[in-house]
Amino acid sequence: RSGGDGPDIYKGKICSLKARALLIDMEEGVVNEILQGPLRDVFDSKQLITDVSGSGNNWAVGHKLYGCQYRENIVEKLRKTAEHCDCLQCFFIIHSMGGGTGSGLGTFVLNLLEDEFPEVYRFVTSVYPSGEDDVITSPYNSVLAMKELNEHADCVLPIENESLFDIVNKIHQMINSGKLGSTVKQSSLVTSSAGSTKTVQEKPFDAMNNIVANLLLNLTSSARFEGSLNMDLNEITMNLVPFPRLHYLVSSLTPLYTLADVNVPPRRLDQMFSDAFSRDHQLIQADPKHSLYLACALLVRGNVQVSDLRRNIERLKPSLHFVSWNQEGWKTGLCSVPPVGHSHSLLALANNTCVKPTFIELKDRFMKLYKKKAHLHHYLHVDGMEQSCFSEAVSSLSDLIEEYNELDATKGGPRTDPSRLKIAV
Amino acid sequence: MSVVTVQLGQCGNQIGREVFNTICSDGRGTHGLCSKKENESYHDACKERFFCEEKSEVPVARAVLVDMEPKVISQTLSMAARSGYWKYDDRAHFCQKQGSGNNWANGYSVHGPKHKEVIMNLVQKEAEKCDRLSGFLTIMSMAGGTGSGLGAFVTQCLRDAFPTSFILNHVIWPYGTGEVIVQNYNSVLTLSHLYQSSDALLVHENDVIHKICAQLMNIKQISFRDANQVIAHQLGSVFQPTYTAEGGLHYSRNPLGDLMETLVPHPEFKMLGLRNIPQMPENSLAYSTFSWPGLIKHLRQMLIANAKMEEGIDWQVRPPCLGSSIPSSHSTNKPLHFNTSIANLVILRGKDMQSVDLGSFRDPSLYTSWLNPQDAFNVWKTPRAFNKYEKSASLVSNSQFLLKPLDDVVGKAWNMFASKAYVHQYTKFGIEEEDFLDSFAALEQVISSYTNL
Repeated sequence: RSGGDGPDIYKGKICSLKARALLIDMEEGVVNEILQGPLRDVFDSKQLITDVSGSGNNWAVGHKLYGCQYRENIVEKLRKTAEHCDCLQCFFIIHSMGGGTGSGLGTFVLNLLEDEFPEVYRFVTSVYPSGEDDVITSPYNSVLAMKELNEHADCVLPIENESLFDIVNKIHQMINSGKLGSTVKQSSLVTSSAGSTKTVQEKPFDAMNNIVANLLLNLTSSARFEGSLNMDLNEITMNLVPFPRLHYLVSSLTPLYTLADVNVPPRRLDQMFSDAFSRDHQLIQADPKHSLYLACALLVRGNVQVSDLRRNIERLKPSLHFVSWNQEGWKTGLCSVPPVGHSHSLLALANNTCVKPTFIELKDRFMKLYKKKAHLHHYLHVDGMEQSCFSEAVSSLSDLIEEYNELDATKGGPRTDPSRLKIAV
Repeated sequence: MSVVTVQLGQCGNQIGREVFNTICSDGRGTHGLCSKKENESYHDACKERFFCEEKSEVPVARAVLVDMEPKVISQTLSMAARSGYWKYDDRAHFCQKQGSGNNWANGYSVHGPKHKEVIMNLVQKEAEKCDRLSGFLTIMSMAGGTGSGLGAFVTQCLRDAFPTSFILNHVIWPYGTGEVIVQNYNSVLTLSHLYQSSDALLVHENDVIHKICAQLMNIKQISFRDANQVIAHQLGSVFQPTYTAEGGLHYSRNPLGDLMETLVPHPEFKMLGLRNIPQMPENSLAYSTFSWPGLIKHLRQMLIANAKMEEGIDWQVRPPCLGSSIPSSHSTNKPLHFNTSIANLVILRGKDMQSVDLGSFRDPSLYTSWLNPQDAFNVWKTPRAFNKYEKSASLVSNSQFLLKPLDDVVGKAWNMFASKAYVHQYTKFGIEEEDFLDSFAALEQVISSYTNL
């Protein structure tokens, strides 16, 4: 098959399909679990790179030490998997920002992809640490990784565990309270995952990860299935990235629970659009409705037609703030095939200044540690790591925040429209 | 003479299929309300224009399908074949895998040159199948990357390879409230380039078609397919056979040439708008009757008031009074909202069209002064009813119809360009800021020309 790369694209006959994926971890536990689990036949056991000791939650170890050590191995395996593609369009990098491997080695791979495959788009799904993250050095790791994302990613979809956690909780509460009535299936998250009674105390990562998986499914749905208005991955980077560094997209997904009755009337359909713009459905702690939009994409799946799309855009537009030079900044896609268990779904991607608080908080947490030089020595004694790496990284983040500040301040442009070209009559 | 259609991008291919479907179904239909001989003449003329008989069981559309990703073409081919009444040539298509990413520069500067040979070979093959080639009809949207960018490039190639053939670009104007964020850039680049190689641009606006679907066709949940069927009906009403001369004995053989001759007297003025009435749901047709005078009256008012459809026509708008010695090139003398025409073409299909009085369209006050009124207006007719409408009247107009949409698109694009947003996406593929400026200048010129009619 043509098109994008990603581990969760190929469903169906698992035994005959192999994921176009490379699994990298400097510990063996997680990867081993996958290879022994129900998806073991989906992953090619040769497409793995593992080590035993882990990265110790240290970006420098991941990026500098392991990066150097495994570079050739990674390139070789990437080339192998790329060769199997008729037409390689993009890479999905899926990692977390707060640890050592995902963050450090992950951003090393990002660099590598740009060097080795400069024409291929790089989409990064990054899980950002929340405030009470149990990894003390996560601010260091995240800010160091941010610099790499700023410079080498085409598009970043930030995800915050806090948001995923809140969503999962809320659904459990709603189901248990019976508020959603009989139209909602029991134990239903976005896909009907096994097991319904996860206690709230332990982090239900499977359910949370499921949401991210569905995000990626919806993102690629138009590339995989037919529809009356296709939206491919390269169209997303084209339409949602007005300036190279402003490539952070806030995503929201609806519906988040499975309906028992898939034939919902249009009234519910409009509710889906409203939900996509509500704070509760965003995958990071952000409120796009009350910040400034640079661009917005809506990818609808299922039995939804262009008139439904237009009606809802007209309805929602007045309450949203778009930058002056992009007042009608909507990118729309219609895919005919809905996700499993739903009659329709909506993915909204927003390039919006509401990411700013996330970045500001990250910088603050970083500065708290950095000012005291806490744990710095763990990083600095890694070969190739210097103090300047830290100062450059926080500087890069500051610049990014400043770009968002400027947009917020000026709403993106002059108050009056620029005067048009004059032609000699 | 035959027309070769080039379907470009998702929009072009989706619309193209509906067009051939409509033309075929109308062509072989028995609802013609005319003599058997007339019907046969019509059927033959229609077939010659758009289809090729070959050895196949069903007529084969004279078309080349081009897209930079495979899904739409594959769907288009199979849906056509499934109809059982016509199909596309199995080899007359070209596609790639990765799409154009809504990037005009990608379509024009990368895909264009890369695939020029293959695409032009397919076109050449189709052209050779025609006994006589009238010219090319391209169908494309302006908003995306393939139809717009590759479409502009292909149009240029057609002009170079077929210097004496006519080229008509059927262009879809995107929704004002956005379906692609960079649609205004893509539109500006497309229009400015097409203007250089094309003979005329025939425009359909998504917003207008959408309104027709909602208010006239009473469709609740409007799909692109619904919209495309309205477009196909309107295009069919122009391209199906007609008698272009009073008392003509044969259906005219050169649809594109005739169109250009009647409507495009000057290369600075190439923007054609299309109106067709009546439009209504199929199941209402049996209960409705129309009179030609009524239809003509409405169509004329739609022309001078720039009404996009038959509902909501502003009857207050009146043509300026001639008879004073003030030359009509002074636009200040024209009442507000009055739509000035360069040339108009009315097409009448159906019963009793021979006695229709079209004097109101020949009124010189409708037109600019530089053409003779008798040259500025033409009428084509056929007694053969079209697409189950007992009477159908179309207006193809070279007038200020598209002035405001053009001005809006250029304005929005300029506004975005001033902030330099998205420009890096274009420079990446070889379209520089200077190229943008050239395009803006070219379109401001067109706007100025149409404004000062």
